[in-house]
This record gives sequence, C-alpha cells and structure tokens, in this order.
Amino acid sequence: MNQRKKTLVIFVGAVLFLVVVTVAGVFCYDAARVTDFSRKNLSPCGQYLFGTDWMGRDMLTRTLTGLSMSILIGMCAASISAIIAFVLGVMAAVLGNKVDSVISFLIDMIMGIPHILLLILISYALGKGFKGVMLGVALTHWPSLARVIRGEVLQLKNSQYIQVAYRLGHSKMKVAMKHMVPHLLPQFIVGLILTFPHAILHEASITFLGFGLSAEQPAIGIILSESMKYLITGKWWLAVLPGIMLVLTVVLFDVAGGSLRKILDPSSAHN
Amino acid sequence: MLEAKNLVFSYTKEGKPVVDHVSFQVAPEERVGMLAPSGFGKTTLMKLVGGYMLPDEGEVLVDGKPLPEKGYCPVQMIWQHPEKSVNPRLKMREVLAEGDQIEDRIIEGLGIEEDWKNRYPQELSGGELQRFCIARALGKGTRYLIADEISTMLDLITQGQIWNFLIRETTERKIGMLIVSHSQELLDYVCTSQVDLTL
Amino acid sequence: MSCQEKHHILEISNLSVSFRQYDRGTNQINLPVITNLNVSVHDGEIVAVVGSSGSGKSLLAHAILGILPYNASLAGEIYFNQELLTEERKKQVRGKEIALVPQSVNYLDPLMKVGLQVRNGDKSPGVMERMKALFRKYHLEQETENLYPFECSGGMSRRILLSTALMGNPRLIIADEPTPGMELSLAKKAMEDFRQFADEGNGVLLITHDIELALEVADRIVVFYAGTTVEEALVSDFESLEKLRHPYTKALWRAMPRNGFETIPGSQPYVKELPEGCVFGPRCPLFSEECEGEIPERVVRCGTVRCIKCEEDHSHHHHGREEAHTHAGS
Repeated sequence: MNQRKKTLVIFVGAVLFLVVVTVAGVFCYDAARVTDFSRKNLSPCGQYLFGTDWMGRDMLTRTLTGLSMSILIGMCAASISAIIAFVLGVMAAVLGNKVDSVISFLIDMIMGIPHILLLILISYALGKGFKGVMLGVALTHWPSLARVIRGEVLQLKNSQYIQVAYRLGHSKMKVAMKHMVPHLLPQFIVGLILTFPHAILHEASITFLGFGLSAEQPAIGIILSESMKYLITGKWWLAVLPGIMLVLTVVLFDVAGGSLRKILDPSSAHN
Repeated sequence: MLEAKNLVFSYTKEGKPVVDHVSFQVAPEERVGMLAPSGFGKTTLMKLVGGYMLPDEGEVLVDGKPLPEKGYCPVQMIWQHPEKSVNPRLKMREVLAEGDQIEDRIIEGLGIEEDWKNRYPQELSGGELQRFCIARALGKGTRYLIADEISTMLDLITQGQIWNFLIRETTERKIGMLIVSHSQELLDYVCTSQVDLTL
Repeated sequence: MSCQEKHHILEISNLSVSFRQYDRGTNQINLPVITNLNVSVHDGEIVAVVGSSGSGKSLLAHAILGILPYNASLAGEIYFNQELLTEERKKQVRGKEIALVPQSVNYLDPLMKVGLQVRNGDKSPGVMERMKALFRKYHLEQETENLYPFECSGGMSRRILLSTALMGNPRLIIADEPTPGMELSLAKKAMEDFRQFADEGNGVLLITHDIELALEVADRIVVFYAGTTVEEALVSDFESLEKLRHPYTKALWRAMPRNGFETIPGSQPYVKELPEGCVFGPRCPLFSEECEGEIPERVVRCGTVRCIKCEEDHSHHHHGREEAHTHAGS
C-alpha cells in the first residue's frame, strides 16, 4: 500500500468514526436524560460501558450525546467562521490597498486577543446558551483562515496564467470561476475541517467554565464540570472516559483535515 | 501600426525608472528585434507594451488607439516559461480554448499532436508546452505578437520549428512581432529590423 | 587510441535516475528521467552536457553530489578519480573535491557578508589566506570580503560563487547553467574563469541548454536527448556535419541559426512515452526495424555514439564496443 492509499484509508476511517459518533449521539439524546436511581454510581461494566453517574444516567449515551452536540455546534460555528474568512480574505486581496489594510488590521487584532477571553465575552454578551456559544466560536475562529485565503488570492492574482487570461479577454467573473475557485476550494475545505477541532474544544471549554450551554443539557463541557465534584470520591470514569472521547474526536478531526490536505496538495505527488 | 511613445516605468515611487523614455514602432509586416544588455528591463518593457502593466508616463497605441482595458488585447505576449503561463489544473484542450478561436491550421503547423490535448501541463515537455502557449496567443483578434525569450529554454530543433512557423504565420496574417532574445544569431535570422534600446 | 588514455577525473557509466510519483488518483508510477547516461571528464577539460531545459539534466549534478530527493532512485556507477562514488563517499567529497557552482547568484545569503560566506564562517589564518589568494586570482578586490551581496555586481557575484566553490580546493567543478540569460559575449567572459581552473589540470562539468555557448567554451560536448546521452563529441567535430556521429546531433547542427535553421519535424518525447530502442527512432531519417532493439554505446572517432547506423572509423572497427566497456570500469 502506498502513502496516498494509506492517507485515504486514514481519512475515511476518521470521517466514519466521527459520523457514527454524531449520528449515535443524536439518537441517544433522550436516553441520555433518563435517570434511574436503581443503577446509580456503577463503574464501567459490560452493560454500562462508561458506567453511570450519581443519578443513574448512562455515561455512554451522555458522552455520545455531548460529543455529537459539540460536533454539530462546532461544525456550524466553524462553517460560519470559514465563510467570514473567505469573504474577508477575498475582499482584502481584491478590493485594493485600503480595504486590505483594514481587514489585515482586524485579523491581527483578533489574533492578538486570547481566543478564550473573546469567546467568553461574546458568549456572555449574547446571553450564553446555544446562540452565544455558536456566535462566539464563529466570530473568533476566522482570522487564520482569512489570512491564508488572502495570501492565496494575492498570489493567484499575480500569477502569470491569470494575467494571460485577462489579456485573452476573459472577464473577471470567468477568471474567478475557471482559475481561482478550483484552486481555492480544496484549501478552503481543508482549512474548514481543521477549524472544527478548535471550535469543538472551545465550545467544550466555555461550557465547562459555565459561559456556554445551560446545565440541563448533556453537553460534554457540563459532563466534565459536574464530574469534578465526584472525582475525589474515586468515580474516575465520570471524567476520564468522556475526556478521552473528547480528545479522540478532536484528534480525529485534525487527522482527517491533515490527510485531506495531503491528498489534495499537488506537490504530494512525490511522496 | 503598434507604437510605444515615451514609456516610463518604475517599480517604486522614488526609484530610478526601469524603463526610461522608450519609444519605437512596429508595422504589421515587421518583426522587430529588441537589443539591450541584460538587466535593461526588456521584460518590463514588453509587459507595458503587452498591456500587463500601465506605464507611469507615455502610451502604447495600436493604430492610434490605446490598448483596451477589457476584452481581447490585440497585442499578445508569449512568455519565456510556458509552465508558468498555463493553469496546472487545466487540460491542454481547455488551455487552447482560452484563446480566441484557434484554427486547426495553427495547431497542425506547430506540430501539436491530438493526444497532447488530453494531458495536463505537467505531463508535457517544455517544448510541447510552449507550442500550446504560442497557439493560444495566435487567436483571431491578435494583431501584434511579443516573443520574450520564447525559445531560450528549448533545444535548437524545437526553436527552429517554432520560429519557422511563426515567420510563416505572421507574414501570412500580417501580424507584427516584437522579439527579445539574447541570441544575436537568432535575431539576425528572424527579424526584419532591430532596435537598439540603449541609443 | 590516444584519445582515450587521458586521466579520468569523473566517469559516469549507465547512470539512470527515476522518480516514484503519483499518477492520477492513488496509482504510483516510475518516471525514468535519466536512462543509461554516460559521461566522462578528463584532466584539464571542460565538458558540456547540452540538453533542453526541463529535460532532467540538472539531476545529473544532483546525482553526482548525492543530493537527489528521497523519492528518486539511482542506478549505474559514478567514478571519481578512478574510485567508485558511493553515497557515503559523495558526502565526503562534496563541497571539497567536487564543488557545485549553482545556477543563480540568488544562492548567496543576502544578509551575510561575502567573506564570511566564502570561508563558510572559518576564520583560521590558512583559510583567510586561501580566500585572499582566490580573490586575487579572480580579480576581486580584497575589500569585497566586507561587502554584502547586494553591493556586488552580477559579474562579481558569479566570481564570488566560483571562489566559494574553489575554497575546498576541488578537482572537479559542476556548473549548472552558470550564465542564465546572458548574451554570448558576456557568458563567454564569465566562463573564462572556468577555463583557467580547467587549465590547471582540473575538470569542469558544464550543464547547459545553450549549445552555442558550449561550443565556444567547452572541449567536448555531450548531447543529451530524452533522458540519455546520444553522443559525446569533440567541439571541433561541430565544424562540419560529416564529423558528427548521431542523427540527432546532425539535426541539431542543421537547426543552428548559422547553419541555415533547417529543422526536422516532431519533438522530444515525454519521459512517460519513450519509444522502444532508440529514443530518437521515431524522428530519425535512418530509422529501421533494428533501431527498436537495444542500442549499445559505441566509440567512434574519439567520441561515443548511441546509434547502430553510425559508420565506424576503420582504425578501431573491431574493438569499438569493448573499448566503451573497459574504459568505464578502469
């Protein structure tokens, strides 16, 4: 098996896992909220793989639901973020020096403020909850992708074959559709996928800190913060297993994005 | 008539102009060689004449009219490095289609084989690729052609094929040519007249 | 045969370089960029390898220096001073006994003073002395040492690159397109320094696409076509068509502007579509069925040729082939 096939297999595997988790989580939503005091505080066993908590809730379904919520919120937020990045990046590159310096300043400014701080601020100002988290993540994750897009468009604009196309009488629209989009799209998609793990982690973080989703949701951040109280009494599975799943999800998104980049990058032909 | 009138251009505002008050004329039947030492800014000058950049001063006129800002430019330029002038993601057939109704006669005359059109640029040698770039520049609306070191990187046989074809084609269609080459022997063979830019 | 008895500084026999590459999708293919290439450089010689750009001839330099990319594979032998160059040995000799003069003056570090770059940071008196001697020899003023690259003219920069290459006291210089885009008169001037180096009994392997320049400055010309060497000829062989050996070289000669710009149809094949047997076969006026078989390299009139149709010289009619093999191994 050569490198490219391996990469493809890894990519498909990662995506499959994430899809399964997301779908399973959606179906587990009701099961995750069922309390049953006859089975409380069970450590992981055959029937309850992740154990149960102090209210007898099944931790596996709670973890899956929490993860799937995080993934969905992360994906929505990251997509909004990527669209902002695309629009601003293209504008900076195309609309001349003044627009460019304003957008570049904005990029530098937002990158200069710690993500988590800005996120908490935005989420809190919007009244926390689903809307707060979503917009908070969306508004803070675009700068690095915007910078990449801006650079690419600038480089493309000055590339010889696009200059030639203009002299051959092709309109701006035609050049954009025929030459620019096919070049930018793969990079955009990879950038988008690589934004997912950040978005997911940040969603979980601010929910954990209490500035995100409300406490009755089985969000992964809530699960982790609640389990803090029980860790000291030896109920390690409440935090460890959901934590590992969260890390796994984030890593797999990163792997998926990385391998997609490898597959789409023309210079990887030599590997 | 293609006219360059008192062209001035510099890359920085304060810097010394790369192109400093250059004027020349090319008639439709002419093939004019440009003589100047390396580092004189010949490529910059060709970009100005080809409409790739606007001069700081002076103007480029075709039959008394300035070059159009939009639409097909009657002055087409062929570059030294063909691999940079084609989109690596397009098949050669689509690259040809970028031109202005390229006639089969041109494609045949340049020795482009049918099979090459189905390939991507990375799958062709430099000489094969340059033939496509030349064909693409010879669309219906082309009145003048700029050749900036177009055969420098090719072997002599390919160079000969390309120039013999270009001489025939441009004579027949009354396309005027501007030619830059570091090879004096080539200029002597190809050009109908030569301009020393340093004078 | 007097012409074969010189001391060989560099001897390359049957060198092949191929690249493992992805085709479309996940298929991997092997691109044979160089196949069965033979070149030798003797004492006091400038040998020019002439081929069109992008034909992979730069990889020859990389193969000799052992700096091919990791997806390349190498076959064949390279001898330096009669000694087989293994990858291990390449590491020892490069930059010392074999030096590279790169294509562009951009290879100078713009933020480092020239002297420091030439000496590679060494400040010992011996190294200083050697640099000063080299600067004197190549007409660089001693103050050049304290200049930054942007303060040097193109000609100075080229001589600085050459001095850098010469610091290790090499026996062989590989020059990869040392005079890009220069007019013939200027390029000839730039090559005078290489001539001086060769005249001291050293070798220069000049890799270039410019046959006109090669004819002016080199002693022998190696003609590179479709990834292989089709002919090794003396520069004087280019004086007339009859002295040349390979039909491609002859076609090249006819296509020179001074010889009438006469061309043959067709183009160099892409490495993925190399024909069977002779790579020039499909364009050759002498082509016949035998040309699709294996084409050995033969010694003809003090040069070599890879063509079965080329008429041999009577004096070494019998042992022409053996000669090619034995001298490769000597």
